[in-house]
Amino acid sequence: MTKIEAVIQTSKLEAVKTALHDIGVEGMTVLEARGHGRQKGHTEFYRGREYTVDLIPKIKLEMVLADDMVERAVDAIVNAARSGQIGDGKIFLSKVDEAIRIRNQERGNAAL
Amino acid sequence: MFADKRGVKVLLTLLFLWIAAYSAFPQTSSSLTSAGSESQTERITRLEQAVTEAKNSADNSWMLVSSALVLLMTGPGLALFYGGLVRKKNVLATMMQSFALMAIVTILWALVGYSLSFGTGNSFIGAFDHIFLRGVGLLPDADYSATIPQQTFMVYQLMFAIITPALITGAFAERMKFSAMVLFMILWSIVVYDPMAHMVWGKGGLLNAALGGRFPTLDFAGGTVVHVTSGVSALVCALYLGKRVGYPREPMPPHSVVLSFIGACLLWVGWFGFNAGSALAAGPLATSAFVATHFGAAAAVVGWAGAEWIRNGKPSTLGAVSGAVAGLVAITPAAGFVSPMSALAIGLIAGVVCYLMVAQVKARLGYDDSLDAFGVHGTGGTIGALLTGVFASRAINPIFKDAQGNITGLGVVDGNAGQLLNQFVGVVIGWVLAAVGTLVILKVVDLTIGLRVPEGHEIQGLDLSQHGEEGYNFEVSA
Amino acid sequence: MTKLEAIIQPSRFETVKEVLSELGVEGMTISDVRGHGRQKGHTETYRGREYSVDLLPKIKLEMVLPDNLVDAVVDAIVQTAGSGKIGDGKIFLYRVEEAIRIRNQERGVAAL
Repeated sequence: MTKIEAVIQTSKLEAVKTALHDIGVEGMTVLEARGHGRQKGHTEFYRGREYTVDLIPKIKLEMVLADDMVERAVDAIVNAARSGQIGDGKIFLSKVDEAIRIRNQERGNAAL
Repeated sequence: MFADKRGVKVLLTLLFLWIAAYSAFPQTSSSLTSAGSESQTERITRLEQAVTEAKNSADNSWMLVSSALVLLMTGPGLALFYGGLVRKKNVLATMMQSFALMAIVTILWALVGYSLSFGTGNSFIGAFDHIFLRGVGLLPDADYSATIPQQTFMVYQLMFAIITPALITGAFAERMKFSAMVLFMILWSIVVYDPMAHMVWGKGGLLNAALGGRFPTLDFAGGTVVHVTSGVSALVCALYLGKRVGYPREPMPPHSVVLSFIGACLLWVGWFGFNAGSALAAGPLATSAFVATHFGAAAAVVGWAGAEWIRNGKPSTLGAVSGAVAGLVAITPAAGFVSPMSALAIGLIAGVVCYLMVAQVKARLGYDDSLDAFGVHGTGGTIGALLTGVFASRAINPIFKDAQGNITGLGVVDGNAGQLLNQFVGVVIGWVLAAVGTLVILKVVDLTIGLRVPEGHEIQGLDLSQHGEEGYNFEVSA
Repeated sequence: MTKLEAIIQPSRFETVKEVLSELGVEGMTISDVRGHGRQKGHTETYRGREYSVDLLPKIKLEMVLPDNLVDAVVDAIVQTAGSGKIGDGKIFLYRVEEAIRIRNQERGVAAL
């Protein structure tokens, strides 16, 4: 089992969600996050005072998938979230040792 | 961008020069006569004058309160109502559009707007006799209102000139450049609003029912002038600008129905100034308009939310408050001419029809009127103007007299079927003027500075791209 | 050391928190998240336009535990967060290589 964490542009959430549904990903968790990588932030002015906002609103998606789904899911996210510009986001993969469904205590891939 | 900045500099300089030049001329003030030793006749004259002054003060106080109430409709009212309906990233830009108009239209009104609307001109537009507010002092202009200072009348009418363009902003929310909005609204005020206000309310206006118009249209507080013009212009804007990026594929639900709810409640309260204030006095006619306004709004809440309840199984809060606004729009031309029971009928019809326009017809036609400015104001205004011709009654407001001075009927139920035709003429003129005027202005603005923000800015949100701010800041530090 | 992530119904959060502190779990991180698995969302209607909301509010718990506590904590969460209905949530377990307490740079289980 592998956990995918993807940080994407907020405007791409709908497209990514649709792409993942299309390849059969059944569940995911979505967080509003702030972050920055190489993308520079912007400046805001309040009463003449300048504020540099380098933590830009992002969406973080998390999902745990059976290993054979991972490459397809990565492709789906990349294709749906890419605009080619700095700030498109990143995907991280990590190994998951166990998954448990709270309702009936199914374990492993059956719980995904 | 550079051209934008230079334009703003030139405008500000010109404005400053104008104000400086005109503030150099002293204002004329009326001198008060003092009483010496007096005869009985003089005493009676003095008492009569005191009674008149007392009545005038009562009227003036109501009209000043009404002016403030109408500003309240734009200030927090419409800004919150619209602000809640957009996405989070556009909340400030949307509120700013209403607020900016409070400043811009005010200045424009002082320079030319009042004169073009209420000056003595031809059937279509006022002349320049009140340009820079020349001759608009503290004495009444008896043609409009014999008991209040003309400055009160002027500032009251100004509040209408502010909210009318502000209503249109709902149609192009979330995608128009701020600079384009400013230029569009300056031109729209002069080309569409001022002529329409003159035709319906100005001396010698084509549609003026009280001051001898050729097609006397009953429009108590601005069904055609305010709501038909703004609603139709909104439709033209929505069609010309095109859809928001991602519409209708991406969901764009309101980011805070709470803000819209508060805004709608403030609109309802402010509308008492709008409609009951249009009596231009504190007498029984104001009461009648006040009551009709309230009853119209209440019935429309039931109409809209009820229709929704039947169709969707649930009455929504946004539906209920939108219904109230639709009812207030529809009762606007009728208040002051109709009984409370007629007001209930008008409100109920407007609530149901506006709901169907917004929920059914818009989806079928596919245009993106972001905040339903046409669906609510264009539809409600048109329905209200026509129904005024049906329900208006001489028992409420004996405004029509025949050649012998006998009072005659007003609307269809009052035995004057022909009035419906006059109302229709008023509506058609409002539609045509608004549609053609708006289209021409959009073309001009499009060709000079451009209307829409670039796609990247639209995705980023107008708060950041147009104003460099965010409505809801992310706080890291405690 | 094991990292435990649990996605649960917001209404169960208080009970889960109490049970975990009784078990001796000393720290956790909570986030408001949205997510969906097999649970269907609902529709919202604004001015006659329907929006289907498939991302429902959830609470995400994160904690890093000494390995001997993991089974007891998983059981406790399953007992308290489970209602037997779809939407109860999931638990994921990962191996953690190292933990460091920022205050005094304690490492390993001592840092938990």
